[in-house]
Amino acid sequence: MINIFIENDLGERQALEVPTDMGFNLMEILRAYEYDIQATCGGMALCATCHIEVLEGKDRLPASNDQELDTLDTLPNADANSRLSCQLRPSDEMDGLVFRLKALQEA
Amino acid sequence: MIHTDICIIGAGPVGLFAVFEAGLLKMRCHLIDALPVVGGQLAEIYPQKPIYDIPGAPAIIAEDLVKNLMTQIGEFKPGFTLGERVDALDKQDDGSYIVRTNEGTEVHCQVVVIAAGLGSFEPRKPAVEQLEYFEGKGVHYMVKKPEQFRGRRVVLAGGGDSALDWTIFLADVAERVTLVHRGDTFRGAPDSAEKVYDLAGKGKIDLILQAQVNKLGGNGVLKEVSVLGNDKSVTSIPTDDFIPLFGLSPKLGPIADWNLGVEKSAVIVDTFDYATNVERIYAIGDINTYPGKLKLILCGFHEAAIMMQSAFKYVYPDQKLSFKYTTVNGVNPF
Repeated sequence: MINIFIENDLGERQALEVPTDMGFNLMEILRAYEYDIQATCGGMALCATCHIEVLEGKDRLPASNDQELDTLDTLPNADANSRLSCQLRPSDEMDGLVFRLKALQEA
Repeated sequence: MIHTDICIIGAGPVGLFAVFEAGLLKMRCHLIDALPVVGGQLAEIYPQKPIYDIPGAPAIIAEDLVKNLMTQIGEFKPGFTLGERVDALDKQDDGSYIVRTNEGTEVHCQVVVIAAGLGSFEPRKPAVEQLEYFEGKGVHYMVKKPEQFRGRRVVLAGGGDSALDWTIFLADVAERVTLVHRGDTFRGAPDSAEKVYDLAGKGKIDLILQAQVNKLGGNGVLKEVSVLGNDKSVTSIPTDDFIPLFGLSPKLGPIADWNLGVEKSAVIVDTFDYATNVERIYAIGDINTYPGKLKLILCGFHEAAIMMQSAFKYVYPDQKLSFKYTTVNGVNPF
């Protein structure tokens, strides 16, 4: 189990307890916590509705694959800190990660 | 005015298969979809991906499933209105409906079936100051008629395939084409990227990398775009048109205004027959929700079959429905 932090528009951070051994990706975990993420494509890195901005801990994440980079490229508000949460599988290295949901702002 | 028995909103896999289930009961269908092609998410999001959970098809490529469905329903001669979004449902005195699109198409029907997946696919809008003000005054989210750009100065933005393809195409049509892209490389089709670099190298287009359009200017019509570099430099480019191409994202859209029970962007239905809270309006596939809902194509197929049995009473109020197997009765085309 690790802790990651999600920051809202007011800058407040909420801690989420995340299991690393259950095979869930971060998008699925956010949905389980009832964050309003559409996840249209179901985790194929195709729809970008689970777009997040990593505020702390970016360098500890595994690199994006081509599909994720392609999809991020189609987003008007993506930058170097952007990731698709469906492509991130929680691991011990991600403990303490801080991020914001970007997809919510697009809706 | 188009006349049909059943108007299906959404031409994805579930909407298409619903035509088959309606056809077995001698009910005619007309489908409307906001996308210019049939197939819904299968066509727009993952045409080349294999699907493994279609019964009897161990692994089928999404676009092949769409092709097969089109073959399967062909004999029932469905009508199609593609590239138009349904904006309004008008109930008539006799209980029937007239379905109206944003382009003015009207479909008269006895039953409305919402098979709209996650809603209609609409262009992603970048965060650009004054963007919405200049819509229809120089801002375009898709290129419908390339000829309208002949002799004009055009700025495109985006780094995907459609931005590359239209840059290449419009280079021969427009007076001047500028492509603005946030990154420093294109990961779209390598051939297209190569061609864009080549055009830029020959001075036939202007290519601005590591920058984004952040502001539009003009007096009633678009006159210029402001480009903000990743290095914070600001450049102003005179232009007649701005075409941001950042892909499509699904929106529930006008469905939210039809007095249907809605929960978390999905339409609430009764699992007895997938009817909504409004008589003669049904919802099937990913757009609906009920306890235990699974967003699977195969569940949508099931819902379509059950739903059409229920819709029969509105199309043939004087007839009794008798259930028949295709193995016994075959498929009787119109």
